[in-house]
Amino acid sequence: MRDLEVLYRQVIMEHYKNPRNKGLLNDSTYKTIHIKNPTCGDDITIQSKIEDGIVKDVRHDGTGCSICCSSASVMSETLIGKTKTDAKNITETYLNMLTNKEFDESVELEEAVVYRGVNKFPARIKCASIAWKAFEGTLEESE
Amino acid sequence: MDAYLLKKDFPVLDDKTLVYLDTAASSLKPKQVIKKLDEYYEKYSVNVHRGVYSLSYVATQLYEESRRKVSEFINADFDEIIFTRGASSALNLVATSYGLNNLTSEDEIIVSELEHHSQVLPWQNVSNITKAKLIYVPLNKEGRITVENFKKVLNKKTKVVALNYVSNVMGYVSPIKEIIRLSHEVGAVVSVDAAQAAPHMRIDVKDLDCDFLAFSGHKMLGPTGIGVMFGKKELLKDMPPIEFGGDMNDNVNLYDASWKDSPYKFETGTPPIAGAIGLGAAIDYLNNLGFENISTHEKKLKDYAVEKLLKIEDIIVYNKTSETGIITFNIAGVHPHDAVTFFDGDNICMRAGHHCAQLIIKWLEVVATLRVSFYLYNTIEDCDKFIESVKNARDFFKSVGF
Ligand SMILES: Cc1ncc(COP(=O)(O)O)c(C=O)c1O
Repeated sequence: MRDLEVLYRQVIMEHYKNPRNKGLLNDSTYKTIHIKNPTCGDDITIQSKIEDGIVKDVRHDGTGCSICCSSASVMSETLIGKTKTDAKNITETYLNMLTNKEFDESVELEEAVVYRGVNKFPARIKCASIAWKAFEGTLEESE
Repeated sequence: MDAYLLKKDFPVLDDKTLVYLDTAASSLKPKQVIKKLDEYYEKYSVNVHRGVYSLSYVATQLYEESRRKVSEFINADFDEIIFTRGASSALNLVATSYGLNNLTSEDEIIVSELEHHSQVLPWQNVSNITKAKLIYVPLNKEGRITVENFKKVLNKKTKVVALNYVSNVMGYVSPIKEIIRLSHEVGAVVSVDAAQAAPHMRIDVKDLDCDFLAFSGHKMLGPTGIGVMFGKKELLKDMPPIEFGGDMNDNVNLYDASWKDSPYKFETGTPPIAGAIGLGAAIDYLNNLGFENISTHEKKLKDYAVEKLLKIEDIIVYNKTSETGIITFNIAGVHPHDAVTFFDGDNICMRAGHHCAQLIIKWLEVVATLRVSFYLYNTIEDCDKFIESVKNARDFFKSVGF
């Protein structure tokens, strides 16, 4: 259970209990993507606002396990203020890290790096990915 | 019946630390079944109903011998047994072939929130296409289908009743025999989802008088990819095939063709031959043990575990009164997906989620649940390990701040 403990004790519980940037906005300058993981019931909506090539805001809402919900919160903090190119790069790196693919260790993932521990729990990789996948979707929409 | 001895028949359980509590999703398979599959692939792995050579004759004999076993298993006639890919395909076959061709906007279909998606969605589809009305039996306070509530929705417009025999989430046994009797009084046909019944109790389709009944091989010690649809002869006779192709046809012309009789008109293409033969072996295994013994054993384990669970703080059990080996529960404040990773760490396999039955999860007003299900190879020690792990999980999640 050590691995699990490490995982939860870090950022995850903190963000699960006190999520940042939570709640959606009814604002057409945001792109919105909703993703559901039908097998476990995780259900996340992500909004992003890109202006002049900068990620101005990221919002999230939904229900799910601690890994899923906390990762949306961590993601929002990590990505707000980044350029769109950096945000894209960070997202790609994060998703590669989760799935044990080769990834560019020089990319600064900030707090999101703790989710590297999730790769010890393959059944949970999906939980840690869906918020980021949804964000990726909002970027594509804003293209 | 000695569960400790039976464990030795299941190669997956060679790992003595493994506690397998997810039989409701799929059972483990005993050596006796695996051997039959190997035998098919090693000795006569050829097609059925086609070759005129002797190997094909052997394969065909064994395939059809399994059909005979299945028919005896549920007290049906030989030609009332259609092999399918699983319970889902069987239930879809009923809805598509019978439902789409017999229902109109004047008719009503009764289902319930206690159904697996494979029972309710095919009828939702029929309802959308034919405009027949989909009607839900109100569940009682425990989440059960009762005869009393069923009578409230049954009426002369009811043409189809599609309900489960045993619920895969709550483990309740439906009063299906009485429901069938009442349905026939108004001229409705009844399609029974027996996926969770067939592994655990004796089914007698003549005694039930059901019109259709479906189950899967893989939940009752058999292989994946094989299932059964039972249909009453006189209904099957008038039902059109839903898949067209090899083997199901009789005479083929340029612009029309005729079909073989049932069951073959519903078995298009090369069937799951090994699967059917393996299912026959699974039935032998179950018959050998006797359902009386199997269900008594499961109920004993379930009651034992529920009693212990209820003593643990923060544990919510949703189906205390169920008659079968399924327990659906949660640890208060802990998402089931978080919890299940902890159990996985203790090498305990169980299910977390909505169990392909979102309607009952919504009815329970939760996001998801944990589920354990006991079977013939589980022991009191498995229960104890599970209970210990639940306690530790509860303590762990509390300690990290849930
Ligand atoms: C009650 C019930 N009906 C239908 C099914 C579908 O069975 P299969 O997935 O084998 O087609 C299941 C299995 O999950 C079930 O539990």
